[in-house]
Amino acid sequence: MIGARALRLEDPVLLRGAGRYAADTYHAGELHMRVVRSPVAHGRVRAVDVADALRLDGVVAAWTYDDVADLPAIGFRLTPREELLPYRQPVLARGVVRYVGEPVAVVFATSAYLAEDAAERVVVEIDQLPAHIDPDADPVAWVDAEQATWAAGLGTPLPEQDSEATRFVTEYGDVEAAFATGAGRIIELDAVIGRHTGVPMECRGLVAHYVEADQELVIDGAAKVPFWNRDAIADVTGLAPSQVVVRETHVGGGFGPRGELYPEDVLVALAAMRLRAPVKWIEDRQEHLLATNHSRGQHHRLRALVEEDGFIRALDATFTLDQGAYVRTHGATVGSLTSSMLPGPYVIPNFRVEAHVRLTHKTPHGTYRSPGRYEGTFARERLVDKIAAELGLGREQVRRRNFIAVEDMPYERPIQAMGTSMVHDSGDYRLLLDKMSEGYDFPGIRAEVAARRAAGEAVGFGFGYFVEKSGIGPVEGARISVDTRGRVSVTCGASSVGQGVDTVLAQVAAETLGIPHDEIRVVRGRTDRFGYGRGAFATRLSVMAGSAVANAAAALRDKAVRVAAHELKVSVEELELADGAVRLVADPGRGLSLAEIARLLEPVCAVEIKEDPGLDADGWFRSDHMTYPYGLHAAVVRLDRGTGQTVVERYLVGYDVGRALNPTLVEGQIAGGVAQGLGGALYEEFLYADDGTPLCTTFMDYLIPTAHEVPPIEILITEDAPSPINPLGVKGAGEGGVTAVAAAIASAVDDALQRPGAITSVPIRPQAVHDLAARATGSRATG
Amino acid sequence: MKPANFEYVRPASLEEALVELAKDPDESKVLAGGQSLVPMMNFRLARPERLIDINRIPLLEGVESVGDRVVIRARTRHLALQNLSMSTPLGSLLRTGAAHVGHLPIRTRGTFGGSIAHCDAASEWCLVAGLLDAEMTVRSQARGTRTIPASDFFWSIFTTAMEPDEILTEVSLPALDDSYRTGIAEFARRAGDFAIVAATGAVQVVDGVVRDARVCLGGVSEVPFRSAAAEQVLLGQEWSPRLLRDAAEAAADEVDPPSDSHGDGEYRRDLVRALLPRALAGAVR
Ligand SMILES: Cc1cc2nc3c(=O)[nH]c(=O)nc-3n(C[C@H](O)[C@H](O)[C@H](O)COP(=O)(O)OP(=O)(O)OC[C@H]3O[C@@H](n4cnc5c(N)ncnc54)[C@H](O)[C@@H]3O)c2cc1C
Repeated sequence: MIGARALRLEDPVLLRGAGRYAADTYHAGELHMRVVRSPVAHGRVRAVDVADALRLDGVVAAWTYDDVADLPAIGFRLTPREELLPYRQPVLARGVVRYVGEPVAVVFATSAYLAEDAAERVVVEIDQLPAHIDPDADPVAWVDAEQATWAAGLGTPLPEQDSEATRFVTEYGDVEAAFATGAGRIIELDAVIGRHTGVPMECRGLVAHYVEADQELVIDGAAKVPFWNRDAIADVTGLAPSQVVVRETHVGGGFGPRGELYPEDVLVALAAMRLRAPVKWIEDRQEHLLATNHSRGQHHRLRALVEEDGFIRALDATFTLDQGAYVRTHGATVGSLTSSMLPGPYVIPNFRVEAHVRLTHKTPHGTYRSPGRYEGTFARERLVDKIAAELGLGREQVRRRNFIAVEDMPYERPIQAMGTSMVHDSGDYRLLLDKMSEGYDFPGIRAEVAARRAAGEAVGFGFGYFVEKSGIGPVEGARISVDTRGRVSVTCGASSVGQGVDTVLAQVAAETLGIPHDEIRVVRGRTDRFGYGRGAFATRLSVMAGSAVANAAAALRDKAVRVAAHELKVSVEELELADGAVRLVADPGRGLSLAEIARLLEPVCAVEIKEDPGLDADGWFRSDHMTYPYGLHAAVVRLDRGTGQTVVERYLVGYDVGRALNPTLVEGQIAGGVAQGLGGALYEEFLYADDGTPLCTTFMDYLIPTAHEVPPIEILITEDAPSPINPLGVKGAGEGGVTAVAAAIASAVDDALQRPGAITSVPIRPQAVHDLAARATGSRATG
Repeated sequence: MKPANFEYVRPASLEEALVELAKDPDESKVLAGGQSLVPMMNFRLARPERLIDINRIPLLEGVESVGDRVVIRARTRHLALQNLSMSTPLGSLLRTGAAHVGHLPIRTRGTFGGSIAHCDAASEWCLVAGLLDAEMTVRSQARGTRTIPASDFFWSIFTTAMEPDEILTEVSLPALDDSYRTGIAEFARRAGDFAIVAATGAVQVVDGVVRDARVCLGGVSEVPFRSAAAEQVLLGQEWSPRLLRDAAEAAADEVDPPSDSHGDGEYRRDLVRALLPRALAGAVR
């Protein structure tokens, strides 16, 4: 079963339209919440008047900051650097608004329409202040001492803070000494990644319902990190965590932003308690583009010391990250991951990167699929292309010269990544480049684009290489149970953001139990069914939950065999588990089905054979290190010189995931990732006016690629470097489809323009390509 | 993104619709395909108190030849125009124009008349109307029928010569004979988006010489822009690729396009230079 192109267990329900998304959750008597948001980017709130809203029939409550003044700021889930605490976000604006879309008040009404009518009647008076929107500008004063002290919540007074929330250095070797030798060439590069984010088809949504009879607060709608959210909601509502039940619904995409704890989630949960009514909040698209985490938005400056053969002796880098108005649940995750993943597949013996996380009057920032790697890979691969051009070397050649060699695996880089020490667990970077180059005939592609260029077309070929990370611990668990009818279920703390985790976990269990994967029921995403789970992020579940299920399956097999041996009066060595039954190896006709064994383990019988009741077993998997999948993206693009349009003709991805548990799902992850990566490379960007007004708040202005813009994606999955640090040998496949898209497209556009290094920022706008093409021909391009 | 409260009426005849509209013209809106109006209502940028749905009114749909004119009734869906079986230069222009409008679901609902009444300067149908000096027929209960030529119809973005109590019933276009050739070329960042710049042309070429030339540009001004300069360059000249470029150059010099996040005015000028020859190259097959 492992490695099979097994059909998704999730699909029959979804394809029949029987899925249950956040908005499908319905409770009689439910109230709809609508958030009143700041219309200005920065200002002092003089007054918020809800009286007129409350006069509307059907409006039940309206709250301003004063109604939630006892709530703390939203906490950090990841990378909680202490210096970031003063920048945390209050649930409703606290005297000052800091971005357009910041919640200032909230209304509750009997219908979503009424709630929107009521929100319009809330009068918000704000004295506008100048907006600070350029993270590259010198830091400005940000929060005063009172706000800093309150937001940090440390109980000790803090001074006022400026807009540089944190600055940290990640380094090894001796960069200064390397540059001081004066040997080698210095190559510099500026690389800018526009502000964009994951836009799941389903916007955010949450429904909370306090069930008085059970003394339980039941929360539906957010998928990603239910246990963390449960604990946070327990804290603000004063309930015990065991009284808060968070249930994932089906979900129309996660991608990082969706499923985190936001101010709206706290408000929904609190309202359900205070108003003693079911409360529903379904975000609309415009709110989503204003209020859900933005991401990317980084400006990198790289300086490399390079030897004549292309070897990068030292890399000195800085970058600024446009954090927006507050630091939310992700803490310093993106800056930290950008830093540690910047060297990618290359040795680079001396390395230093300085991260500057800076506040601006824009929507707050968090993670988005391949956080830090999309950005860093763009910057690094641009640099490597530039090195090749300046030294007159081939783009592949320079990469080969710098790759970490397979003989050096596992390869320790003496830095931290997501709080773990960074060890590339396995990888043969050269081999993947060889396989891609041979398999897709890179020399042939090059010859073809050269010939078309000679005939007058502006076509180009480019690629980018990357290392991803996956499988962050610390731990994940699973229970497998077989009932007395022989039906198997896997219960665990894993979360689904639509990636197909049920299917994969069933396959892993099926492998050991010898039954078809679609006979296994997977129960997850409910905090009342399993006690622990860290969530669906950082491409961790196939590794962590997959390994936990593998361990649980092995334990279950051992128990079944033990019981069967006792019953059949043979030794365990004489038995094997196959096709859902334990049989004698020598006489497969003799054996016991799992159902029969389960019946032998019914509580009254189990005591007699000195076993714990029930045919079930728990499995846990713990890991202190991440796994590091790696890959290559390549693209053929055609430019329209007249309009500057970039058309992606071909897109190739090679990805080594150690072991593909289900190749179809890996391909699906890659294809979806590439589409999102193309968004960042060519289309998506949140633009702001000078006064901080967001200019892209609908899909007319925030352009996500459609099926027309995404070419067929050619994928080579390899399994040359299984991970040595988990029982399945697997590495995560969730993010590598996105990672190198900007890098590969930029490289291909350079090639089409025949101007190495021309593209230094994404998204690559038609006007920019047009201007570059016009400059290249020295005249205005037409035709 | 939920509309404010409104009243909804669905008359069964044009007369009834005009009566309904006349009750409170300033606070009412005609609902055709809803592909522009409904999003604006959801954003609460439009908040009509009454919607007069014209989708059940018979005889408001279809394309018909009347002498040397072709009449397109207001509620004709974009998709019907894309599937039009009219083997004339006009038919070809309507088919390619329709194919550029949004995506299939939008084309199945959105209407020709709705586009004209909505008056977005980048809309394909406003361009075609401007290009061919279309005549718009509108009706009200108070004043009956009147016909407005395109040159007087489009006032500025989202603003036309129509009064709030009027319903657009049909649009009449010249049935271009086979000596004409037509073409449309546009640039949008994604397929189906409103064009950043669109160019259309209809030229009559007899014995290799241009006898009639019409050029209309979208995305360069508040209303469809007839380029007199480009038409002047073309008229009476021998047809050649060089001539196309000269015409495009003249059009680019003539326009004064706006700047926005999709491109500045200079870039839009260059798009005119790139697109007009493509539209006209299509114009002479
Ligand atoms: C995603 C998307 C992409 C689109 N892309 C394009 C594109 O590329 N090109 C393009 O041209 N359009 C595009 N559109 C708009 C689409 O073409 C609309 O259909 C069109 O603009 C309006 O036609 P409608 O029938 O939907 O009118 P409605 O939305 O129903 O009405 C629009 C306006 O016209 C008025 N109106 C409608 N019919 C009449 C009438 N008979 N008499 C008087 N007033 C009337 C209404 O009162 C309203 O003010 C797009 C729309 C969407 C949603």
